[in-house]
Amino acid sequence: MTFDDLRQRVERFLAAHDPATTERLEFLRARYDAGLAWVHFPEGHGGLGLPQAWQPEVDDLFAAAGAPDNNPHSNVIGLGMAAPTILAFGTEDQKRRFLRPLWTGEEIWCQLFSEPGAGSDLAALATRAVRDGDEWVVNGQKVWTSSAHLARFAILVARTDPDVPKHRGMTYFLCDMSDPGVDVRPLRQITGEAEFNEVFLTDVRIPDGHRLGDVGQGWAVATATLNTERVAIGGRATPREGGLVGMVARSWREHPERRTPELHDRLLRLWVEAEVARLTGVRLRQKLAQGRPGPEGAAMKLTFARLNQQLSGLELELLGEQGLRYSDWTMVRPERVDFTSRDPGYRYLRAKGNSIEGGTSEILRNIVAERVLGLPPEPRVDKDVPWKDQAK
Amino acid sequence: MSEPNLLYTDVEDDLRSSVRALLADRCDPHAVIALYDGDRSLVAPLWKALAIDLGLAGLLVPEDRGGAGASAREAAVVLEELGRAVAPVPFLTSAVVATTALAGTDGDLLAELAEGERTAALAVPLPTTPYGVIPAVPATGGRLTGTVTSVAGALEADVLLVPAATGDGLALYGVAATDVTRVPVVSLDMSRQLADVRLDGAAGTPVIANAEPAVRRALRAGAALLASEQFGVARWCLDETVGYLTQRRQFGRVVGGFQALKHRLADLATGVDSANAAARYAAALPAGDPDLELATALAQAYCSDLAVTAAEEAVQLHGGIGMTWEHPAHLYLKRAKADQIAFGTAGAHRARLAGLVDLPGAP
Repeated sequence: MTFDDLRQRVERFLAAHDPATTERLEFLRARYDAGLAWVHFPEGHGGLGLPQAWQPEVDDLFAAAGAPDNNPHSNVIGLGMAAPTILAFGTEDQKRRFLRPLWTGEEIWCQLFSEPGAGSDLAALATRAVRDGDEWVVNGQKVWTSSAHLARFAILVARTDPDVPKHRGMTYFLCDMSDPGVDVRPLRQITGEAEFNEVFLTDVRIPDGHRLGDVGQGWAVATATLNTERVAIGGRATPREGGLVGMVARSWREHPERRTPELHDRLLRLWVEAEVARLTGVRLRQKLAQGRPGPEGAAMKLTFARLNQQLSGLELELLGEQGLRYSDWTMVRPERVDFTSRDPGYRYLRAKGNSIEGGTSEILRNIVAERVLGLPPEPRVDKDVPWKDQAK
Repeated sequence: MSEPNLLYTDVEDDLRSSVRALLADRCDPHAVIALYDGDRSLVAPLWKALAIDLGLAGLLVPEDRGGAGASAREAAVVLEELGRAVAPVPFLTSAVVATTALAGTDGDLLAELAEGERTAALAVPLPTTPYGVIPAVPATGGRLTGTVTSVAGALEADVLLVPAATGDGLALYGVAATDVTRVPVVSLDMSRQLADVRLDGAAGTPVIANAEPAVRRALRAGAALLASEQFGVARWCLDETVGYLTQRRQFGRVVGGFQALKHRLADLATGVDSANAAARYAAALPAGDPDLELATALAQAYCSDLAVTAAEEAVQLHGGIGMTWEHPAHLYLKRAKADQIAFGTAGAHRARLAGLVDLPGAP
């Protein structure tokens, strides 16, 4: 199928389903069934087996026709992480059951990976899943779970065999968040709000049919999920001055009275770095488009984390007295992270998370050193020790 | 804004391979070190091989003037390789800056440069930026008098392109190297040795009247493509250091396995990757693109400091061997530091950017 064929298919679909008169959910379900949800997915699962690069233009065609979208910002984990993993590792039944309501947004997803004792060392996780007939019984605590309070399902990694070394004893599940054993509590962060949650799992029962991949294959499946996260973080296209640098630059232009030579020097240095980082992102996407993905996304994320922190810090200094005022410390539950519509104090504090979430900058430097430069790996004293015998 | 291709085409990869192979064969690091002890025997045959045998002297010259009609993209690839080998050849000064200054002139000189028969240099101090006042000597009745200090490429040149102040503004004169006195400078970077050029009423041939736009264009092209040389220097420093640290053992371990060193190298690799994108953008924009000046200032503001960082890290992370005369790391440190000043420092390019992107300084 050529792109023109695809365009005609979208036009025929829109002719048959008038966005103005078709009910929203009905429209989205029909779009999924027509293979126009994510065209790079296979036929029967919302796609047509076409290049992923064509998807943005399909979305543009729908948007131009005034069609409702699936509100992708509200289901970032589902669309960006759960769906590709289910597609890669799921059974046909699982794909049929989960992908359609995930894409339409009827079912929001969250991620139950990190634990208080398993952050950078995710494979150390202690949440246990014990088999009981056709079910698994899960007990443990997860943390840093965004959208857990809104989610219907979660991707979950749990320990199923404590007698083998840590990487081998895990299994990946699809967990129903409406199970009575799931207790979601807000986790308040330094901004005052609670984007994330702690999730306590007490005798949660998961049918074996909701296991993704083989028993003991959890690490391989989780690694696939996390790789999609890094690609998503490093792969965004932005225009010049599109990120935080644009906000600082606007503030600079609007307030000549706040300019000093020292701030000017720092601003110009950061402007250069931000623009070079943007071009590095352009180059990385051009490489990905040629099908040459590598671990370079880790370097990209390192840079963005550092720049966001330096720029948001500079912005507060640039504001002077106004930088001393914070909008609101009231504990709220934001629906999404949005740097642009919030105040500079929030940006400064929230940017601190950029070098922690999705791989700390320290771990990412290890990844660049080992996988890009080929330097020796960190010593791993726990690699061959059964999980139950490890120091905790 | 649609972005140009920042990767390399197959043709560019082939060009890189031939330049790299020739340099591996003909540009031994120890011969480059010998330049610092006064032995310049490497320079002339190496330049002849690159300029004539590979035809690089005319890379940027249009085909109807005897050149290859290539774009800055290809010249940038050549400069990456020349930087990687700290090759002591006047490619940047003659094949980029001089030919760009002469673009559009109809005399024989451009064709002769393209053939590699003659080599030229723009007679301005190496730190001259594309943005500021262009240093010029006075010209009276076609006779030029004065001294131009710190000119790169002058020692290798047969012809000097001298900006001269005439009654009608800035003009560019061609002056035979034999008609001037060139005093070699003991240079920080002897792989691009400078010379002070003294003109004592030298007879010049007017090449361009109203030459300011041509000279600025030439300096801009030089600054833009210098970024690719700087990237090449940085790339060598990173690769060589990683290679060494995966061999060198202390405390019973390969030292590249120590996290303190891994993290420094990861940061350096991130910077080198960024320099690649910045340099590529400055080289990939088509002639006349409205973003060219910004791209040039951006590439210089980033790559000139990054190359110095890479060379300084290479010396430090090599430990004692990095301080020796025998190891080539110092060649890259000297080139990187001199390149940082060439065509204006990073600070000069940031100052230009401030004007270009509407970020004015304190009132």
